[in-house]
Amino acid sequence: MAAPRRSLAHSTFGSLVLIAVVIGACAAAFAYTAGWFTPQRLTPDKLVDAFMAPGGEPLGHRRNHAKGICFTGIFEANGAASALSQAQVFTHGQYPVLGRFNLGTADPNAPDATVRVRGMGLRIATPDGQEWRSAMIDPPFFPVSTPQAFYELLLASASKDPNAMQTFAAAHPEIATFGAWAKSAPWTGSYAEERYNGLNSFVFTDGSGAEHAVRWSLLPAAQPIPVSPDDLAKRGPDFLEQEIAERVRSGALRWTLVVSLANPGDPTADPSKAWPEDRRTVEVGTLVVQQIQAEPDGPCRDINFDPTVLPAGIRTSDDPFPAARSSAYAKSYDRRTAEAKYYPRTATDAKP
Amino acid sequence: MIGGRQRFTPLQRMLHWLMALCILAMLFIGVGMVSTVMPKYLTLVSIHKPLGIAILVLALIRLAVRLRYGAPSLPADLPEPMKLAAQLSHYAFYVLMIAMPLIGWGMLSAAGYPVVLFGGAHLPAILPQSDSMHTLLWNAHFYLAFVLFALILLHVAAALFHALVRRDGVFDTMAFMSAHDEGAAAE
Repeated sequence: MAAPRRSLAHSTFGSLVLIAVVIGACAAAFAYTAGWFTPQRLTPDKLVDAFMAPGGEPLGHRRNHAKGICFTGIFEANGAASALSQAQVFTHGQYPVLGRFNLGTADPNAPDATVRVRGMGLRIATPDGQEWRSAMIDPPFFPVSTPQAFYELLLASASKDPNAMQTFAAAHPEIATFGAWAKSAPWTGSYAEERYNGLNSFVFTDGSGAEHAVRWSLLPAAQPIPVSPDDLAKRGPDFLEQEIAERVRSGALRWTLVVSLANPGDPTADPSKAWPEDRRTVEVGTLVVQQIQAEPDGPCRDINFDPTVLPAGIRTSDDPFPAARSSAYAKSYDRRTAEAKYYPRTATDAKP
Repeated sequence: MIGGRQRFTPLQRMLHWLMALCILAMLFIGVGMVSTVMPKYLTLVSIHKPLGIAILVLALIRLAVRLRYGAPSLPADLPEPMKLAAQLSHYAFYVLMIAMPLIGWGMLSAAGYPVVLFGGAHLPAILPQSDSMHTLLWNAHFYLAFVLFALILLHVAAALFHALVRRDGVFDTMAFMSAHDEGAAAE
C-alpha cells in the first residue's frame, strides 16, 4: 500500500497550508489594526487633510493656527493650586515659559483682521524635568461636541454644496451658540487684550490622591478695547504681530491663570458646553510675557503645543478632544518638520 | 557558536518568548495608535514608549547572553541558502531590536517631546532638537517597523517549516516546552 507515502505528502501539503494560513492571519490582523480595512475610520491624516488653506497645503507651517509669533517669559505660581494638584508647576515659584500667539486659520499668510479666533500655545517647564503644554483659544466654548463633529465641520466649511453648512448645523445644533459668539463678541486690536481659554477639561490630582475636574483660562491684565472689524481691516495684514512686539518692548504683559472646578454632573466631556458661571475658581498664578520673537527663527517654531504633554498631577479627562488634538498635532508636526525647506529660517527670506 | 548544545539555554528561551510577545504587541500598538484620533490613542502611546524602552533593555541583555552562550548549531543537512538566511535574519533581528527603540527615543528627542515613562518618570533627550533629524528618524522608525514585522512573519514561517515540514529539531531548540523528553533530561 502507498498509504504512508501519500499521508506524508498530504501532511506536508497540509502543513504548508497551515503555515500560509497562520502568516496570512497575522498579516491581516496587522493590516486591520492599521486601519487598512476600515477606510471610514477617522485617522489623524484625514483630520489634518481636512484643513484647507486657500493656497493649498501650507508647506512647512502648522496645518491649523498656521500664523503665529513666538514669545518667552515666566509663569509665577502663587501656590494656590498646590492644594488641587501635586504638579510642581503649582508650587510657589517662577518657571520658564515658551509660547506662541496665533490665529485660528490654516493660512499662514491670512491678514490678521480676517481671522475670528485667536489663540495661545504655552509650554511651562519645571525643575523636575516635567512640562505642561497647552493650546488655548479666545472663544468661551468650542464650536462642536466631538472630534468627529469637528471633522464634519471642516468638510462642510470646505464643501462646494451651498447647503452643506445648513445640513451640518441641523445635525450639530451646538454650532449655533458658537455662531452667535462669532457674530456678537467684540474684536480687539491686540493679542494682549484677549482671554485665552483651555476649553477642554482635565483632571488635577492632589497630594492625597483626590481628583478634581478642571478647565483653565488666562485672563488678560490689559483692558480689552473693542474695535470694529471694519477698522481692523484698515490696519496692515500683520498688525497683531507688530502691535504685540511693540507692546512687549515697552513692558512685560500679564495674564492671570484661573482654574475652574466642575461640580458633580458638569459636562466634562463636551467643550462646546461652558460650565455655569458660579463654579468655584482659583487664581493659580501669573503668566508674564517678556519677549517676542518672529516665528521663522523663534523658539516656538518647532514646538508642538500638544495639550496632552502634562506633568504628573494633571491628566486627561473623559473629554475626547485632547487625544484627537494630540494625534492631529503630531501629524501636523511630522509634516511641517519634513517640509522645513519651504519655510526658510532667516526672517528676511521668509516672505515669498 | 557552541556546537554541542541541543537547545538554547532556559534564559535565552525565556527572553525569546517574552520579547516575541513584547515586540508583536509593540508593532500592533504602533500601527494602531498612528491610525486613530480616539482616546485610545493616548493609552496606546503611553504603552508604546515605556514598552519600547523595556524592549531595548531586554535586547541588550539578550545580546550579552547570546554572546556568552551562543546558539545550537543548525542541522548539517540544512541547505546552505537556508543556513545563510537563518544567520542573517538573526543579525537583522538584533540590529532592529536595539535600533528601533533608540530611533524612537531619538525621534522624540529631536522633536522636543519629553520621553515620559510611567508616573512622570522621564528619560533625557539623546539628541538636540532638529527638524531634519526628526524627519530622518521618523521615516526610519516608520519603514523599519514594517521591515521588522515582515521579518517576524518570515521567522514564524521558517520556524513552522522546521517544526511541521522538516521536523529537524530546529524549532525544539527554542520551544518553550520540549516536544521530546531528551530536552527536559538535558537540563
